[in-house]
Amino acid sequence: MKTLVWVEHDGKSVKDATLAAVTAASKLGEVHLLVAGQGVDGVAQAAAKIAGVGKVHVADDAAYAHALAENVAPLVVALMADHDAFVAPSTTTGKNVAPRVAALLDVMQISDILSVESEDTFTRPIYAGNAIATVRTSDAKKVITVRGTAFDKAATEGGSGTIEAVASQGDTGKSRFVDAEIAANARPELTSAKIIVSGGRALQSGENFHALIEPLADKLGAGVGASRAAVDAGYVPNDYQVGQTGKIVAPEVYIAVGISGAIQHLAGMKDSKVIVAINKDEDAPIFQVADVGLVGDLFKVVPELTEKL
Amino acid sequence: MKVLVPVKRVLDYNVKPRVKADGTGVDLANVKMSMNPFDEIAVEEAIRLKDKGVTEIVVVSIGEPKAQETIRTALAMGADRGILVTSDTKVEPLGVAKILAKIVEEEQPSLVILGKQAIDDDNNQTGQMLAGLLGWGQGTFASKVELTADGVTVTREVDGGLETDAFPLPAIVTTDLRLNEPRYASLPNIMKAKSKPLAQKTAADYGVDVTPRLTTLKVVEPGKRQAGVKVADVDELVMKLHAMGIAK
Repeated sequence: MKTLVWVEHDGKSVKDATLAAVTAASKLGEVHLLVAGQGVDGVAQAAAKIAGVGKVHVADDAAYAHALAENVAPLVVALMADHDAFVAPSTTTGKNVAPRVAALLDVMQISDILSVESEDTFTRPIYAGNAIATVRTSDAKKVITVRGTAFDKAATEGGSGTIEAVASQGDTGKSRFVDAEIAANARPELTSAKIIVSGGRALQSGENFHALIEPLADKLGAGVGASRAAVDAGYVPNDYQVGQTGKIVAPEVYIAVGISGAIQHLAGMKDSKVIVAINKDEDAPIFQVADVGLVGDLFKVVPELTEKL
Repeated sequence: MKVLVPVKRVLDYNVKPRVKADGTGVDLANVKMSMNPFDEIAVEEAIRLKDKGVTEIVVVSIGEPKAQETIRTALAMGADRGILVTSDTKVEPLGVAKILAKIVEEEQPSLVILGKQAIDDDNNQTGQMLAGLLGWGQGTFASKVELTADGVTVTREVDGGLETDAFPLPAIVTTDLRLNEPRYASLPNIMKAKSKPLAQKTAADYGVDVTPRLTTLKVVEPGKRQAGVKVADVDELVMKLHAMGIAK
């Protein structure tokens, strides 16, 4: 089976989510990559070095500069004439593009897979991760998105893919990029951080979030996350949100501070290796999943912890 | 200008799902069902656009006859009329998108606003699929929607921040959590909603083949986490963290 993998990139480097998608795709057969964008030579070179990669299709055109689904989907569909599966990481771009491709190919997408059981059978989470479904597809061509935390990352060296230019399908005129506000964040990216310190509503303000959570995270070299309540209250930007509708993370250590542990939040972090919870409510549901729990006032506990670590 | 809002009846988001012992699915007998939270946001957004050029809001639900309650909820919030499409089999996002495409052909809306995902299947596909089938632009994961002279501008929640894109009408928008805070339906409006028009259709009426492409072989509970320990104070927590090899 020939599989085409969507390369998630920022114009400069290949994002980690792609590497997990490559691992998932390699379980299906021959792995080809698609690098779409504008001025993406460097990305294509890096992509060709990913272990296990065959061909790297490069579509370099202004129409692909912002990965707008309306322009990218026809490009993928054209390449699918020669591929059996399209695999994208479950990033916002992957989630935006893949279903449009699936509809154009008249196939049902399999979203956010956790494992490849066989060529046509996959597992995926449903109901905010409270159940795991095993599904089999009857479609000849497959469109799949891959949960990044469920697969090991393919090595970024050792591959020798051949780079091949793909003709642009042009601009459909159905969408236009206006601008982007990408949050500046010097800390490790959430979805690939080894340690995450996450804050919730109990922090009471953005100032407290910055004053308490961030020093602790910096001391640990950790990424910073948040519950939906903290994001909705405006303490931190939305891209910090961990949960069913935010980012799905599985770090080695997840430290939840002032987070009660609603179903929707747990959906985003309960596959973390070790969960540490700090909460003043000893009945908070977070303690049911925490490996280590400390019942206490975070305003006292967190500064003390930061100091003593 | 007409807006179409598809809504889905799902297990209430506060209910902890129970996996059936025989592994065939999640037990939905005698549990509270509600409108998918993202769809409430979609209905709310359509209503808010009423001051800005939207003249009619049509709500569609596809599924079992009880989905009628979900449509009534949307009508009580402020939508104008409903279309219920019943189906004997479970309809997948691809089938839903195909039925919606037929309804769009009939109704000719300028905008279709959907939730970004349903909290039962967690697929996050229907809006994008519908946009693909119709060849329309898709403003997914919207946290802000603005109608402009020649289209719609959508601020989208993407990994790393926000992205703003512009789309000519007609177009698709899918809602993210922060787009708005849905209103509650008042009792008088709930009563009024009972007399708003609601058309009854079946999937067959639209001539769409909704045979599922995916077969669910089994549904199981995720692995349970081992019960943890509670520590008495920060010193003990620091010891634990050090023992795990963190921040030595």
